[in-house]
Amino acid sequence: MSYQGKFRVWRGDDTGGALEDFTVEVNEGEVVLDIIHRLQATQAPDLAVRWNCKAGKCGSCSAEINGKPRLLCMTRMSTFTEDEVITVTPMRTFPVIRDLVTDVSFNYTKAREIPSFTPPKDLAPGEYRMQQVDVERSQEFRKCIECFLCQNTCHVIRDHEENKEAFAGPRFLMRVAELEMHPLDTADRVDSAQESHGLGLCNITKCCSEVCPEHIHITDNALIPMKERVADRKYDPIVWLGNKLFRRS
Amino acid sequence: MPEVERHSFDVLVIGAGGAGLRAAIEAREHGMRTAVLCKSLFGKAHTVMAEGGIAAAMGNVNSSDSWQVHFRDTMRGGKFLNNWRMAELHAQEAPQRVWELETYGALFDRTKDGKISQRNFGGHEYPRLAHVGDRTGLELIRTLQQKIVSLQQEDFAEFGHYEERLRVFQEFTVTDLVVEEGRIAGAFGYWRESGRFVLFEAPAVILATGGIGKSFKVTSNSWEYTGDGHALALRAGAKLINMEFIQFHPTGMVWPPSVKGILVTESVRGDGGVLRNTENKRFMFDYIPEVFKDKYADNEEEADRWYTDQANNRRPPELLPRDEVARAINSEVKAGRGSPHGGVFLDVSTRLPAEEIRRRLPSMHHQFKELADVDITAQPMEVGPTCHYVMGGVEVDPDTAASSVNGLFACGEVSGGMHGSNRLGGNSLSDLLVFGRRAGEGAASYVRGLSERPSVSDEAVARASETALAPFQAEGGENPYTLHMELQQSMNDLVGIIRRESEMQEALERLEKLKERAQSLSVEGHRQFNPGWHLALDLRNMLLVSECVARAALLRTESRGGHTRDDAPAMSADWRRKLLVCSLDGTRVNVEEQAQIPIRKDLLDLFDRAELEKYLTPEELS
Repeated sequence: MSYQGKFRVWRGDDTGGALEDFTVEVNEGEVVLDIIHRLQATQAPDLAVRWNCKAGKCGSCSAEINGKPRLLCMTRMSTFTEDEVITVTPMRTFPVIRDLVTDVSFNYTKAREIPSFTPPKDLAPGEYRMQQVDVERSQEFRKCIECFLCQNTCHVIRDHEENKEAFAGPRFLMRVAELEMHPLDTADRVDSAQESHGLGLCNITKCCSEVCPEHIHITDNALIPMKERVADRKYDPIVWLGNKLFRRS
Repeated sequence: MPEVERHSFDVLVIGAGGAGLRAAIEAREHGMRTAVLCKSLFGKAHTVMAEGGIAAAMGNVNSSDSWQVHFRDTMRGGKFLNNWRMAELHAQEAPQRVWELETYGALFDRTKDGKISQRNFGGHEYPRLAHVGDRTGLELIRTLQQKIVSLQQEDFAEFGHYEERLRVFQEFTVTDLVVEEGRIAGAFGYWRESGRFVLFEAPAVILATGGIGKSFKVTSNSWEYTGDGHALALRAGAKLINMEFIQFHPTGMVWPPSVKGILVTESVRGDGGVLRNTENKRFMFDYIPEVFKDKYADNEEEADRWYTDQANNRRPPELLPRDEVARAINSEVKAGRGSPHGGVFLDVSTRLPAEEIRRRLPSMHHQFKELADVDITAQPMEVGPTCHYVMGGVEVDPDTAASSVNGLFACGEVSGGMHGSNRLGGNSLSDLLVFGRRAGEGAASYVRGLSERPSVSDEAVARASETALAPFQAEGGENPYTLHMELQQSMNDLVGIIRRESEMQEALERLEKLKERAQSLSVEGHRQFNPGWHLALDLRNMLLVSECVARAALLRTESRGGHTRDDAPAMSADWRRKLLVCSLDGTRVNVEEQAQIPIRKDLLDLFDRAELEKYLTPEELS
């Protein structure tokens, strides 16, 4: 059942680094994170990796396995052949701290830029009434475990540092959609999606949806509907004319 | 004097799970400059693993529910060892805490009339758990995280700075609390990223560090659960109670080995799942204890009718409190009726339509599919007990969450008393919110009452720094990973789900040796994000807390809740009146008996006398 697996793991820090070769025991049923832990325990005690729940629920152990953005804890060794060399590298979009650990503070900065849930003022706690069918749309987006793999893979920022300032990324554009679709949120989020959070930069290549370990339909259910709402308001000629004639402010 | 970064706050919250975040929100809303210090990234705490729901007697699904019924269930679940005042506050305040989450933006599953839906769970008389599918913990942590962000946005609007009154220090580990002249003066720790030291000066510290599961081999707990708060409290001079009571969740995954211990939510049973052995028998009917005979069905027909008609049928025995179910599974496996990988079968596939399973238990479906190649809509799961929760923790004042050390507070899993000898499922998330809020309020009111702030001596900083750097000084010493594995194996084998005197004696001997070897741990590399060093420091806490568990377990010569003794199988009414209190005397753990405060009369009156006779001594009933 056991075999000696071949691994190449990126080791280094913000000043540089390189892939390091390891041969390590692999047992039946294991995931890549198990192998990384075995490396720590036997060959490289100071190998840096982030992880928490080891069950795909916390979104800490994001990295790239053979170039694909994945959770280390949800990538089973049985998906590789025994003679395959498995390359593990840190997420590319964020600055490296050490080995497989990256500085994901970009995401926390973006989270703060999105105005929070704004409930109706006259509704006391306990009085909230919503139908299941109405909450389900936002519930899908709240399944997000914030692994930031969608942010990592999105080509708008993956190799374009210059876009980071203007673009919230799929995770946080989805947050805007989640609040917009919340049955009781009173804030208007359509204009700011385009103007403050960079929705227009997304050209719906669906890479984010593809890498989402929670299988959230980020593009189809969050980003495209938001784009439609923006288009309805911004580019619909009748709405445009109405806005010109009856300025809201 | 080593070089350290310094910060000053009114209130420090250690831990960013449900309890810590709720405490921080409360302290900040009382005007305190508050810092949250957490080992992981913000939003990753172990609370995300909670699946089933939050217990709160809102009565949305069955209007007969009330705080009194919830209180009764909680006391029964804990076998009456609970701190009754905590159980009372918890049952009374849980609904408000859940409703409040909706104002922060939480989206619970709904009833037909648009209220928060509630599901059945073990030990709860009525459907009581507010939930979001089977990812309620994630909803809770994200909601609180987003509330904190919204408070930071308010500060930005007012002061032009997000972190004016509430700041999160993530991937930061506290190694020591600073106590000066008998009261809290601050905390000392390191950044994971750089390994550099930080001193926080603050008159109040709220511990919200969670549990101790990483001292056991098979556990549902993550790497963070190393008993830090328990150990910090002991070293600061506070007391721990009920440390002998550890909850082994009955249903953890058993296969493949690398996921052994990962939780399978109790909602599987709440929603109709049943436990079977290899003879295809629903064995739980054989394990209904005397004290619960009138509440649980003794045949399959009645048990199955209960799901649709709760008024006229007794509950299925799969929904007994967790300690009972875990022991039953353990017995079945020992008797040779276990599944191929040493568990039993948990089957929902023959009980609900596939579509319904995917809707109600999406993350279980996902987890088994991805990690074990099992489709739970078509096949049974293999499950077995896993170390899940510690009922014991810091002894606190129920109303303010204050410990016996001035300025030190504790809430959530790191506090003790609320759950007695066994926690009911769903009572953890509500506990976090109810006592998180009370701890935040308690700390704020303590700080407001101070006439002067304590200051931290240079000596204390030098000492803390020296302790934290010790693993780098020794060369050729023990590998912390090896030591950790030996500790986990010892606790699992010798102080696990079924205990006996000789084994616990042996555990204590082994712990002594491990403690000695831990003096000469050595780590490679440097201080920047070095997991070997982090583990070496965490081990100090795990060893201390494990000793508390083993010593208390050895002394309690009865079986109750999360403490089962082969050599003392009965529950004793005399022992119910006694708590075992751990304190630290130098490097030695002391355990002393302490009398329980008698249950207030109006609360006792909520129970039938016949039921009380099962738990209380004749003297208490007269």
